Amino acid sequence: MTFSAEKSNMIEFKDVHKYYGDYHALRGITATIKAGEFFSLLGPSGCGKTTLLRTIAGFEGISSGAVMIDGKNMEGVPANQRPTNMVFQSYAIFPHLTVEQNVGFGLRKDPRSKAEKAAAVAEALEMVGLKGYGARAAHALSGGQRQRVALARALILKPKVLLLDEPLSALDKKMREQMQVELIKLQRQVGITFILVTHDQEEALVMSDRIAVMFDGQIAQLADPETLYRRPNSKQVADFIGTMNFLPAQILAEAEGRVEVEAQGFGRISLTADQVSVAPAGANPAIGFRPETLTILFDGQQPQDRESMATVEEVVYYGDMTYYDIKLDGTTAPMRLSMRNVFGRPVLDIGTRARVAWSPGALVLFR
Amino acid sequence: MKGGWFRVYTLAYLVFLYAPIALLPIFAFNNATTVAFPLEGFTAKWFAKLWEEPELHRALRNSLIIACSSSVLATTLGIFASRASTRYRFPGKAGLMGMIMLPLVLPEIILAVALLAVMLGIGMPLSLFTVILGHVLVCTPFSIAILSAAFQSLDQSLEEAAYDLGETPISAFRLIILPLVMPGIISSLLITFTISLDEFIMAFFLAGNENTLPVYIFGQFRFPQNVPVILALGTILVCLSIALLATAEYFRRRGIAKTGGKDTGGFL
Repeated sequence: MTFSAEKSNMIEFKDVHKYYGDYHALRGITATIKAGEFFSLLGPSGCGKTTLLRTIAGFEGISSGAVMIDGKNMEGVPANQRPTNMVFQSYAIFPHLTVEQNVGFGLRKDPRSKAEKAAAVAEALEMVGLKGYGARAAHALSGGQRQRVALARALILKPKVLLLDEPLSALDKKMREQMQVELIKLQRQVGITFILVTHDQEEALVMSDRIAVMFDGQIAQLADPETLYRRPNSKQVADFIGTMNFLPAQILAEAEGRVEVEAQGFGRISLTADQVSVAPAGANPAIGFRPETLTILFDGQQPQDRESMATVEEVVYYGDMTYYDIKLDGTTAPMRLSMRNVFGRPVLDIGTRARVAWSPGALVLFR
Repeated sequence: MKGGWFRVYTLAYLVFLYAPIALLPIFAFNNATTVAFPLEGFTAKWFAKLWEEPELHRALRNSLIIACSSSVLATTLGIFASRASTRYRFPGKAGLMGMIMLPLVLPEIILAVALLAVMLGIGMPLSLFTVILGHVLVCTPFSIAILSAAFQSLDQSLEEAAYDLGETPISAFRLIILPLVMPGIISSLLITFTISLDEFIMAFFLAGNENTLPVYIFGQFRFPQNVPVILALGTILVCLSIALLATAEYFRRRGIAKTGGKDTGGFL
């Protein structure tokens, strides 16, 4: 999904700071989330992503800056008057109520008639695939069902923004993958802005239109999933999202938007400016690449671009994939390389020499 | 056989605990004024005699007033304290909660004497009211122990979810928190009622001219011919206590089942 300029801003963070005593939890967050966007806050635990989400819901105050929802400053607006609803990590299903009563809880002060409210509840339950579950006791539901009840309970109020605090972390892998797809579909169907907090990079990549990667109370990079994966703007982001291999490099020359680099194992290469990212202060420049961007060439296959020689150090079979740890000639550390087992796989013994194909366009320079 | 000695030990332990209580009904129905074997035939006359003791009725009425008042007061205080200790963080909380729970382990006679001294010092006449004060002091820690467990097992996001869905802190408390801790509240009411009903020391020191049931019973032992009547009364009280505690435990467990929580052990 792409976003044109006319999409209005739903959430704006303006230099948001949050202190807990001496602890600086949010350090100057400035970001804009567009209406109708599926937006993720991604980061390791303790990075401030949940705190940031809770400042939107109104469960956390902020120390300075501003949080705007749909153009209105939310300062002093309590949680129960904000146009947002939340799906909690624990789901927070009221255990003493039925599924129906849970879903209809937010309609208590709704002026509509009882029958209209009941219809709205039934509609919400159908939307999340729980048709006919209305009379069940909430505490007897499975994890996935609780999740759906929590979704229906939040969406029935037609909020401007739906906040999801690690909603899938308590589910098993299969269920989680299923719910990811359902959530994407649901978001398209209702068209509400979804903001997801997650520590699972894969989940964020799968579900989001845009992702804000957070470290230490700051947004490290805000971009669409592909940019984030292919062009992480720092080594920290690259390390957090997927696997990235690093090889020491030397910058030889810079001119007209191109950088000439001498990299271990790859030799002399020329990169464009958009392939250049930030390394941590004091670190030496390095070339980074994803495991799937290198390919082992078998039986006279020809490389599409460049070719290097390497020694196989480890082979790990994963069913659909095989991981190889290889050492490129002229390098000291093994690199991870992954290949799909489309037509089975030739068996490579440890210590075998192999030809490896690569392309300068898939490399990132961290400097 | 290793288990053999363990079984003997367990049996001996249970006999030690319950044999005296089992003797109560045996002698309560025995047709003799002395508590001794052999038994001399079945009679219900000691129970009938209970109806002819106006002093006993007055003591019972006093005890019920005291037990009802102090269980309600102690449970109310317990709700405040448990809510504060489980929901909020404030400096000195651990120390403060420790101080509140201390009467649980403090020798009751010391508390009673101290309270008596204070009452006499400020010139408050001894009455049922002073006994209620003493019993609230004794019962509140029990109430807090029960209710803290109930409040602790509540997921804090339940309350936030209620705010999020448009409720105020007060309506969220009423609609979500209160129903979920209600089994704990009922359990606390029943247990503190039972504690107050058979509490002796505070009542003995603070009741003034009034009698409570335990004080009355103690007084009756001066008259040997009344002992079987007391045993009959004791039989009734034991049955009543067991019923009350069983009810309390039932509510506690139902609360756990209702919220889908884990049983972390209770008083029973």
